Amino acid sequence: MHIPDGFLDLKTWVTLGAVSAGLVGYALKRSSRKLGEKHIPLLGVMAAFIFAAQMLNFPVAGGTSGHFMGGVLAAVLLGPSAGLLVMATVLIVQCLVFQDGGLTALGANVFNMGVIGAMLGYYIYVALNRVMRGNPRVLFICSFVAGWLSIVLAASACAVELAISGTVPLGVALPAMAGVHSLIGIGEGLITALVLGFVFKLRPDLLDIEKI
Amino acid sequence: MVRIVLVGLLVAVVLAVLLSPFASRFPDGLERVAEDKGFIDKGEGNEVISSPIPDYAMPGVKHEGVATSLAGLVGTIFIFGLAYGLGHLLKGRRN
Repeated sequence: MHIPDGFLDLKTWVTLGAVSAGLVGYALKRSSRKLGEKHIPLLGVMAAFIFAAQMLNFPVAGGTSGHFMGGVLAAVLLGPSAGLLVMATVLIVQCLVFQDGGLTALGANVFNMGVIGAMLGYYIYVALNRVMRGNPRVLFICSFVAGWLSIVLAASACAVELAISGTVPLGVALPAMAGVHSLIGIGEGLITALVLGFVFKLRPDLLDIEKI
Repeated sequence: MVRIVLVGLLVAVVLAVLLSPFASRFPDGLERVAEDKGFIDKGEGNEVISSPIPDYAMPGVKHEGVATSLAGLVGTIFIFGLAYGLGHLLKGRRN
């Protein structure tokens, strides 16, 4: 769901650019206070993995494809601010080096996939975790649901931005975007749950590193 | 920590190099909606900058799969270095 140049009007991309820049600034400040030895290599690995996984489009219904986003994965492992930084790093490189997502839409893409996908996704995961505490499948269920919701919410935000820009009416964009991404979200939820399950089985201590 | 970095990076490189040529070529969710609802042309030819490796294909490489694999390899290593370096920089500011 990387928005290209031309889909958003001036007021929309400038506003979202400012909001995202502010939140990335906050995340940088918070990370500079809290980052520990263990976080640094994980930042690198997480960003590299998410970039690689985002290249792997899988087919969903009707000649459409989707790919893993990774916001919830990064944020559950590293925390909401570090998760936002990982997503912003990936999105900036995709935009500047690979022409995936427009430069004017970069703020919107960071907002949708970093702020909603990683930060909000993290808080959804934490809230679900609280409700489900004690369930033996808690990690799988919470990460699947948070992953699925993160995609559907990010796609819905994208639809709202397109509507505010006057590109397409909200009544057309919202059901279309939420609909197709509720299918793509199944892939997101599964990959998020499987990778987190694998990582925490291999290295249970990573469950306890400080979430930044 | 060294082991998890090596394992993670190896997985990322394998995905980017070996699997990326087999990724689905269908339009993604947003592109599909843009095509169906008739606003895909708003995004065409409006790129503000031109990128060195557009559309995940290394320029000058004839074989499509190899061009994608190379783009994936370069991107994965570059992003690893960038995020790792950012972490170092941020932590370094505190000390």
